[in-house]
Amino acid sequence: MHRIIILLILNINSVGSVLNVLRIGIPSALFYYVYYPMWKTFLEELDVQVVTSGDTTRQLLNYGVREALADACVPVKVFFGHVMALIDQVDYLFIPRIVCLNKKTVYCPKFLGLPDMIRYGIANMPPIIDVRIDARDHKDKLFAAYYKVGKILGKTPRQITKALLKAKTSQYKFQKLLRSGLQPIEAIDNISTGKKQKPLDNKGELKFAVVGYPYIIHDQYISVGIINKLHKMNINVVTSDNISPFTLKLQRHGSSKRLFWTFSERTLRATRYFAGRKDIDGIIHLSAFGCGPDSILDRFIQLNNQSSTIPFMSLVIDEQSGEAGVTTRLEAFVDMVKRKKGAYRNA
Amino acid sequence: MRKVTFPHMGESYRAFKMLLNDLGNEVILPPRPSLKTLNLGVQYTPEFACFPLKVLMGTYLETIEKGANILVTTGGVGPCRAGLYAELHKKILHDLGLSIEMIVFEPPRLYPFNFIRNVHKLNSGRLSIKAIVDRIKKGWRKLQALDNAEKLTHIIRPRELKKGTTTQKYRQVLEWIDNANTTSDIIEAEAAALEELHKIPQDLGRLVVKVGIVGEIYVLLEPTANLEIEETLGNLGVEVERSMFLTGWARDNTWKETVEGMTVKDAAHPYLPELIGGHGRDSIGNTVLYAKRKFDGIIQLAPFTCIPEIVARTILPAVSKDYNIPVLTFFLDEQTGKAGMNTRLEAFVDLMKRKKFKKQHQANIWLPSEATN
Ligand code: SF4
Ligand code: SF4
Repeated sequence: MHRIIILLILNINSVGSVLNVLRIGIPSALFYYVYYPMWKTFLEELDVQVVTSGDTTRQLLNYGVREALADACVPVKVFFGHVMALIDQVDYLFIPRIVCLNKKTVYCPKFLGLPDMIRYGIANMPPIIDVRIDARDHKDKLFAAYYKVGKILGKTPRQITKALLKAKTSQYKFQKLLRSGLQPIEAIDNISTGKKQKPLDNKGELKFAVVGYPYIIHDQYISVGIINKLHKMNINVVTSDNISPFTLKLQRHGSSKRLFWTFSERTLRATRYFAGRKDIDGIIHLSAFGCGPDSILDRFIQLNNQSSTIPFMSLVIDEQSGEAGVTTRLEAFVDMVKRKKGAYRNA
Repeated sequence: MRKVTFPHMGESYRAFKMLLNDLGNEVILPPRPSLKTLNLGVQYTPEFACFPLKVLMGTYLETIEKGANILVTTGGVGPCRAGLYAELHKKILHDLGLSIEMIVFEPPRLYPFNFIRNVHKLNSGRLSIKAIVDRIKKGWRKLQALDNAEKLTHIIRPRELKKGTTTQKYRQVLEWIDNANTTSDIIEAEAAALEELHKIPQDLGRLVVKVGIVGEIYVLLEPTANLEIEETLGNLGVEVERSMFLTGWARDNTWKETVEGMTVKDAAHPYLPELIGGHGRDSIGNTVLYAKRKFDGIIQLAPFTCIPEIVARTILPAVSKDYNIPVLTFFLDEQTGKAGMNTRLEAFVDLMKRKKFKKQHQANIWLPSEATN
């Protein structure tokens, strides 16, 4: 009798695991634009189905705009919205606590507290996989962190190592595509569909650099589609994400004190790089309303590049900023750049 | 001529003035931040800079106008913006063509040489090392005296018979401490000050609710930045305990017993295991500790766009629910109006008083029925 029951239970379990593939949600916001290919490959290699929340929409943002978050920055609100969209669809949410990856700079405090904000800010959350990743801390190093994730999913060390290697390969491919000129969303498409998309060729008459945090620049909704708008005005665009990490590392930062936040440091260096190039006609720093680090970053950028002659504009976008307002400012800037260029040519 | 100044934080300037004077410097006192300070600061700082950065900027410009050319301030390392204040202030001031020197103190334990070098720079009187150490100790003692007097006003003000007596007496005794310039004088002045405050006639039967104040250090310590919230609360019959003082955390004797020797970090751990910079984790931890000590409510004070406090703000509702303690948050900036703040405070105090009143009465009358529940 006992044996039969045990057999039955075993059976149910194994049937269950075949039918019910574990579903893990990755919100399409914040780190999505930087690490999604790696995370996706890693999780899929461990037999998990990855669910994402798709493009940011008005409705999604409305989910995220809640009382407790009234004073948060737009990207964090957007992230909340993406999480809310996933709650009912997944068994786990994947929100690692990324503290530090390069042993030098940390992420914005909101990233450090992200899993906690989500856990306590939203009711009925599925469990969150929030492993801590901190390169300065031996037990939280990258591999250790992924290993923990694998353990949570009940995998063997062998399986985990294999998945991580594959994941790193994906990430490498992703970065290569970025360096070739694709923007993160295009590169992600490229990898997941396998269809080769080429970077828009350089037929525009001007070339602009758009700098800022990837989750702002590349979120069509937050950035009000600024890159497309520039393309439509016949302008080629490069972003901070197209520069190789090595080149970034070589940029001297003019400030005697390092900025503490990884993305801010990166933006500062990227601007420095673009400001020193001959083929860039204009630089736009895109930042989001309510961003703490940006208030300081923007000033550092300006103070740092006073000697550069390349026109610079900083554009702050808030939840209410209408398309029209942004377009007007963009057009004015482009006009100015064109006039300047014309003046040079005539001189 | 070298003229030294430093940020204004509550009454602490009295101790810093003495210390810098002792070291042989001429001191330009930072004025109490005013509307003018704010306007100046807002004009020269980025729009979304945090509030303290703006006020400090204003203070520097005001003191420079008065002739200051050496600014002494603290740096601090990330992961929050405060660590970059000094750097940014310097850049902006130099950009304005003002030739000032900035002496930035980093945490001495991490940067001992920076500390020694800076002290050396400020040692205009060429004192011996022993003399310097003595002066620093004395300055610290004065800070403690100032803090102790302030703490006592927090307890007495809600119970004073005649409104305004405490504030008035406090102003008076501050001068006593201010005038004391040797360690023994400071100790004496402190004792006299505390005694004088104790003499204020009080109504000990009054229903007084206890509120813990948590949040970002600058807006906690500078009354003009928080629109004198502690005084307002005192006048509404609220005893406040602030979670931060320059001379250390508000730790009294009852602390250890009531909260099981828990540190702020331990208390915050279930909600926020990560050090997120600024004082975000302290805000959570202190809220838990205050709740365990049976406080009636918590007020969180934070500068507008303050990153760590926004994180804390998102998590605090959960703490509030778990411990059944009301939490009220103020994000402060140059646009915060006192009238609006007072309305919210009155409603909050009302809520706490009604709750406490009900609890006391239930305890007296309804105990049997509660037991059957
Ligand atoms: S860096 Fe700015 S935009 Fe990004 S999470 Fe922090 S505050 Fe928000
Ligand atoms: S803790 Fe808040 S006020 Fe202080 S630097 Fe950070 S963001 Fe600004």
